[in-house]
Amino acid sequence: MGKRILIVGGGLAGTIVANGLCRQLGQELRDGSVSITVLGTSDTHLYQPGLLYVPFGRIRESELFREQRKVLDRRVPYLIDPATNIDLEAKEVTTESGKTLGYDYLVIATGSRIMPQNVPGMAEGAHWFYDLEGARRMRDALDAFEGGKIVVNVNAPHKCPVAPLEITFMLYDYLTAKGLMKKTEITYTYPIGRLHALEPVGEWAQGEMDRLGLKYETFFNTKEVDSKAKTISSEEGTTFDYDLLVTIPPHQGAQVIEDSGLGTGGWVPTDREKLLHDGSTDVFVVGDTTNIPISKAGSTAHFEADTVVDNLSSLITEGRWARNYDGKVFCFVETGMDTGTYVWFNYTTPPNPGPPSQMVHWFKLAYNRLYWLSARGLL
Amino acid sequence: MAERKRIDARGAFCPGPLMELIANLKLVDVGDELEVWSSDKGSVKEIPEWVAKVGHEMGETTEHDGYWSVVVRKAK
Repeated sequence: MGKRILIVGGGLAGTIVANGLCRQLGQELRDGSVSITVLGTSDTHLYQPGLLYVPFGRIRESELFREQRKVLDRRVPYLIDPATNIDLEAKEVTTESGKTLGYDYLVIATGSRIMPQNVPGMAEGAHWFYDLEGARRMRDALDAFEGGKIVVNVNAPHKCPVAPLEITFMLYDYLTAKGLMKKTEITYTYPIGRLHALEPVGEWAQGEMDRLGLKYETFFNTKEVDSKAKTISSEEGTTFDYDLLVTIPPHQGAQVIEDSGLGTGGWVPTDREKLLHDGSTDVFVVGDTTNIPISKAGSTAHFEADTVVDNLSSLITEGRWARNYDGKVFCFVETGMDTGTYVWFNYTTPPNPGPPSQMVHWFKLAYNRLYWLSARGLL
Repeated sequence: MAERKRIDARGAFCPGPLMELIANLKLVDVGDELEVWSSDKGSVKEIPEWVAKVGHEMGETTEHDGYWSVVVRKAK
């Protein structure tokens, strides 16, 4: 029997790993010395960063989705059968339908999910755009909005760390274009003592918010939302009234991680360079699932997945380690409806974002479509 | 029994040591301690500032070779 590679998770990270391995291990797949299987939860692949545009009607929903079967290399069996238990001792994964799949190499790519229900009142009182249903509801709320107090509230941990700033500046442009900004007050809240985790991005954002007349509150970690009184309060003792509350809810990893005893909060302890489960030599962890203290973002998943592909294929074909992950993250930052910038960094290189421009905004719009080449492992 | 968990946030530009601390405090019990390792000297000021504001308790802060360890006890 050949080496069995089992990938748990069909999001961006799992998909890039599967497609990348197919490109590296074509001969081995043909002669049967390697098999690759992906376990997923949905027949649809969602381009998550595109959700940012949904509340503003700036993207067609059809652009957000592809059939997962068509995104994955046709040589990879794709089972829509969520994992319910991962047993690293027995090297087996059990699924919702009752199947048990063994593996020689396991790739855990189960991702993260929003948990508004973890904050009292948040699910009832807030809008968000981190899933399609929420983004649609926020679009409806914006359609009906006639001015008033908007609070953009950011919670830890969350993925796509620039999205809170993007939605804030896009809201400003959107409401200005509708003639509503002069009777609207936007307040942005952030968990730590500046407006973004990345210091230069936080400094830039503060300058922009001061220039545009947006308010902000740092050291704000949400304690509760009162959807009847329309207030949001922090653990630090601050309360704001709102007419429209846009939140970036706190996140957790997948339930199967906790249920399998692999990591508190659904985050798997992972070696930051090797991307191996701590203490394992045959279990890789990739994307949002890791507990590595770096951005949970599509680019992180992409760069990590590339590293896993190189190492896993090298281990199988040559028995050697190929390279370590250097912590690279790259994020586009929409700075309004018509301008954008980008920021990149790794474990040793600090971020240094450039000035916003229309060109970068257009490139981001182009990337919204190029994404499908990334997922297929071609870009 | 109270436990101490270590967060190695050295080289973590984003989300950074304090955000990691905040996220991890949600996952531990009252009385547990988190020991944050940070290569950013700013953490030595930023973490106690937030801890005082929110009402947790500071433990010891120690300078090591190229990084700092800061201990925080979850108080509520």
